[in-house]
Parts: sequence; C-alpha cells; structure tokens
Amino acid sequence: MTTQVPALSVTRPAPPRPARRRTALVALFLGPFVLLTVVFFVIPAVLTGLLGLTDLDASFQGGVVGLANFRGFAADPLLPRVLLNTVVYVFFTLMCFNVGMGLVLALMTTQIPDRVGTVFRAIWLLPRLTPQVVYALLWLWFVDPTKYGFLNTLRGWLGLAPLDLISWSPWLVIVIVNGLIGASLGMVIFTSAIKSVPEDYIRAARVDGASTFHIIRYVILPLIRWPVTFVIVYQTLALLTSYEYILLVTGGGPFYDSTVYALYVFKRAIENGDYGYGAALAFVLVLVGAIAAQFYWRFLNFERMITQPKIESD
Amino acid sequence: MARVVTTGPAVPDRRSWLTAEDVAALARRARRRETAGRTAVYTALALLSLPIIVPYLWLIAASFSRRVSYGLLPSGFTLDNWRFLWVANLGFVSGTTGRLPNIWQVVWNSLVLAAGTTVIVVVVATLAGYFVSRHDFRRRAAFLKGALMLQAFPGITLLVALFILLRTLNLLNSVAGVVLVIATLHLPFALFVMKGFFDGIPWDIEMSALIDGASRLRAWYTVLLPQVRNGIGAIAMFSFLWGWTDYIFVLTFILRRSSWTMALYLNAIIGEYRFVDYGLMAAVGVFYMIPSLLFFLFTQKHLMQLTLGGTKA
Repeated sequence: MTTQVPALSVTRPAPPRPARRRTALVALFLGPFVLLTVVFFVIPAVLTGLLGLTDLDASFQGGVVGLANFRGFAADPLLPRVLLNTVVYVFFTLMCFNVGMGLVLALMTTQIPDRVGTVFRAIWLLPRLTPQVVYALLWLWFVDPTKYGFLNTLRGWLGLAPLDLISWSPWLVIVIVNGLIGASLGMVIFTSAIKSVPEDYIRAARVDGASTFHIIRYVILPLIRWPVTFVIVYQTLALLTSYEYILLVTGGGPFYDSTVYALYVFKRAIENGDYGYGAALAFVLVLVGAIAAQFYWRFLNFERMITQPKIESD
Repeated sequence: MARVVTTGPAVPDRRSWLTAEDVAALARRARRRETAGRTAVYTALALLSLPIIVPYLWLIAASFSRRVSYGLLPSGFTLDNWRFLWVANLGFVSGTTGRLPNIWQVVWNSLVLAAGTTVIVVVVATLAGYFVSRHDFRRRAAFLKGALMLQAFPGITLLVALFILLRTLNLLNSVAGVVLVIATLHLPFALFVMKGFFDGIPWDIEMSALIDGASRLRAWYTVLLPQVRNGIGAIAMFSFLWGWTDYIFVLTFILRRSSWTMALYLNAIIGEYRFVDYGLMAAVGVFYMIPSLLFFLFTQKHLMQLTLGGTKA
C-alpha cells in the first residue's frame, strides 16, 4: 500500500542517485537509535551470556570455564533461600498490591466524583515519582528499630516495646515497600479500563437488582479481565528483575533473609566482584526477560502498530 | 395522579401506584444510602492512603524542625538542617568515610545526568519515531518488533555486562557513561511514544509542505515537529526524571566522589547520620525531591493519560 508522491517527481525530474540519498536518510534518522541500541542493549545481552562462561573476578582475571558456573548453581548454599525469598516476594507483592490494591483503588476512585478520585490516584502515584533513595529514607524512618521511628512511636503509645520490623519480618517489609509503589500502575490501567465499561451495563444490572458487589463481580471484573492479565504478566517480570528498594531499605538482610534473586545477582557480581558467576546468574534473568518480551507484543495490538507507513517504500 | 393503562400482556399488579410522598421518601432513602456509601469509600481511601501521606508530611516537617517529638510531631522551626547547602564540612559522626563532595558539584553532576539523558532520548527518539511512522524500509516490521521486545525487556538485568562494557570503553566513573546507558534503555519506550504522536498527524499537512517545494528534512522540522511538541514535552520530562532519580546505575558505575550524583550523596548522608540526625537527612531528601515534586504538581492532571498513552502508543 504505497502512496506515490507525484510532487517530488515534479520538483526533481531526474532523481539523482536515489539509493544513496535514501541510505543517507535512513542513516540520519534511524542510525543513532540503532547504534545506541546495539551497543548498550544488544551487545550487553550477548555479553552476559559470554561472561557467564568465564570465571572473571574482581581483579579482572579469569578464563573460560564453560558451563561450570551454571553447574555451580546446584552447589550454591544461598540459592535455595534466595529463590524462596523471590517466590514469596513476587507472589505476595503482585497479589496483595500490584493487582489487589491496584484493583481496590481503581474501583473505589471510580465510585466517587472524578475530581476527588484523581486526587487519590495522584497521591498513589507520588511514590513512583519520588527519587528511589528518598522513598527508601521514608521507610528507614518508618521502620527505625529505635523508639524514634514512626512504627515504634505508635507502638509506644500502645505501651508496646520497640520492634525491629526488618528483623521481625523481612518479607513483610520488602512486600509493603515495593507494593506501595507497584499498586499505582495497576490502579492507572484498571481505572481507564473501568471507565470504558459501558454505563448501560451497570445501569441494567442495577435495574435488575444487582448490589454493588455483584456489579463488580459479574459485570466489571469479567470486562477488565484482559488488563488484569496484562498487569500480572508485566508486573511479574518487573518484580523479578527490580531490587533497588530492597537494597536500600533492608540491604537484603538480616543475613540473606530478604535477598531476592535479582539482588543476589547484584551482590555477587557488583559487590563481591564475581563477574563470571554473577553474569551466569544474570543470564537466567536475561532469558526470562527475553521469553516474556516475546509474548509482549500480543498485548499491544502489534498488527495495528506495523501498519504500512504513510509516505513511501524502498 | 392519572393512572396509566398498560396495553401489553397483563402484568400482575404487585403494588398500587405510589403517591408523591412515597416517591419523595424513596428518593430520600436512595440519597441517604448513596451518601453513606460514598462516605464509606472516602473513609477507606483516606485510611489506605495514610501510609503514603504521613511519611511525606513528616519528611517536609522534619526538614524544617529542630526536633521531632515522638517521631512524629515537629517543633521549633529552623533552617539548620539545610546547612549542607552552605557549610562545606558537615562534620562526620564516624569520620571514616572521608568528606562529602561539595553539594553544588553534586547538583551539577545530577543536572548533567538528567539533561544529558533528556537530550539523547528526545533527539534520537524524535528522529527514529518520525522515520518509522512515515517511511517504509526493508525489515521495518522486524525492526518494530525488535524495538517492542526491547521495550518489554528489563534492562536492569544487563547491569553486570554493562559494567564490564563501560570499563572496556573507559567510561566508568563518568556521568557520560551513565547517561548513555540510561538513555538507551529508555529509547524503545520513547520511540513508541513519538511514533504514536507522528502517526496522529494527518498526512495532508506534510503533503502540502512537500508540494510547496519543501525538502523532506525541511518539512520534518518546520511542519511536523511543532505538531508533536506535546510528545516531545512528555518524553523530555520523563527522561529528565529517569536521569535525576536513578540509583542503581550511578551506584554501580560511579565510584569517584567528584562524579557523585544526588542519589549517592543522599545515600552517604543516610549511611552517616541514620539514627542521629533525621532533620539533615530529611532536608537533603526534600532538596533532592524538588524536581519530582514540580513535575508531580504540574502534570498531575495529565499523568494518567501520559503513562497509559506511553505504554499503549
């Protein structure tokens, strides 16, 4: 479906070296994008796999060791605990906050006048926009184990002794810290999905005597099934790979009790300097990310996106 | 009140027609129930949002207070917590970490990081977004599919390889290296935002410029660019914040104190003054948050559409 451009042939009767002009145009417009993406995206992805085959260490010495790093996973005494942490962390953050709280917030803020609903949604977006270290600082104050922290101030009013929440339940801390940020994406997506549910359906259900709960359960939820699936898939990947808030608030501790897989990669590779073993660990995440990305375009109406362009073709 | 004669199939008349008073009473009851329901929703939302609102209020209050009693109630206004802006040596508690770099040097580094990221993302994504929106070229579908997968791909997993790569390119310890990494990892997202905006411009506009004798390049920057300035504004603000708020990449790639950014500065302050001086930590935190807060206040209304428009573009 190529649209011809008659005007051009008028202003330029004998197209001089069209192929070279065209190449120059492509190089000008797409060149920078392709160059940067290849150097800082594609090459590192390949490099991760290659580094995983070496035993490069902090002194940048090392040779090719083949698959020894990958076989070493089985002998890594910390890995079982790290994997357990990861499963618990991803599952509970996803269900309680990224989907659960996101859905609750979207449902509640669409029940009230939109002006007020927007204010509440904006409040929930605030943590996402806050610099990561500042957000972590808020939590360090919240869970401060001395009697000056917020939590222990509240406990003090109730006559309870100060509690070191991070030691008491590291899982709880990392789930809540990430959940309060993660809920906002689901909230935004679900809100627009709920708003696009035709008003007639809800009115019809109400006329038939459905309670609010029934309307949510049997009208709204089935209609926003697709956005919910999207958020689950997208956020699972995001949770599997992000660790900055855990690093900042608990440091993965006490000991390795709140270290998730991605943080373990960071600790082994960057903090300990085991670049070879760390890259092998990271390669697993790269694979997971690549496989998830394969399915990503299905969610985004890819066919529409690659419809033929408006000007011209080769 | 006149009776209405129904002509359809006979419906068993379950109740007699209501009087005006009955209708009014029903309406009142419905309104009461609605008010009660709404109050319940407001209360629940307010309670749920407290864990977010309270810490931010504390942060701002603590940064201007001499003392925060019971971990919550600020008292005694002071600007002393903001002394990091004008006092060179803050006086370390442990004294083992050495001196902090000058705050204005740190701010400058952060601005260079944020502005550099913005320039690269805006220029590269606008060029590429225009081209994939308007031109066909060999393997265009493959290019778009690849870009879409990179958008979904979690760039943070490449940290180890990027560290080795930057070391090889001699870009460790420099803000430039971090700029290139952060900008590139967000390019696919920005590409699709810009493509969406270019797709929205009617082809006729460009066509008429070309017929009037403008070259392709000229048509691009005089006719098309002004049409997509909202898109440019959106990705500019987002990329500024990505650069400004980043922690992991600067933590990994920048070890030299003179190249520190605000994230590393605040992190060092927390490391030194935790449990000791919440006022100072809060003041640095508020200072660091200013661009995010401005962004939040000015774009709060459009934020929902932008985030969604981005992922869906």
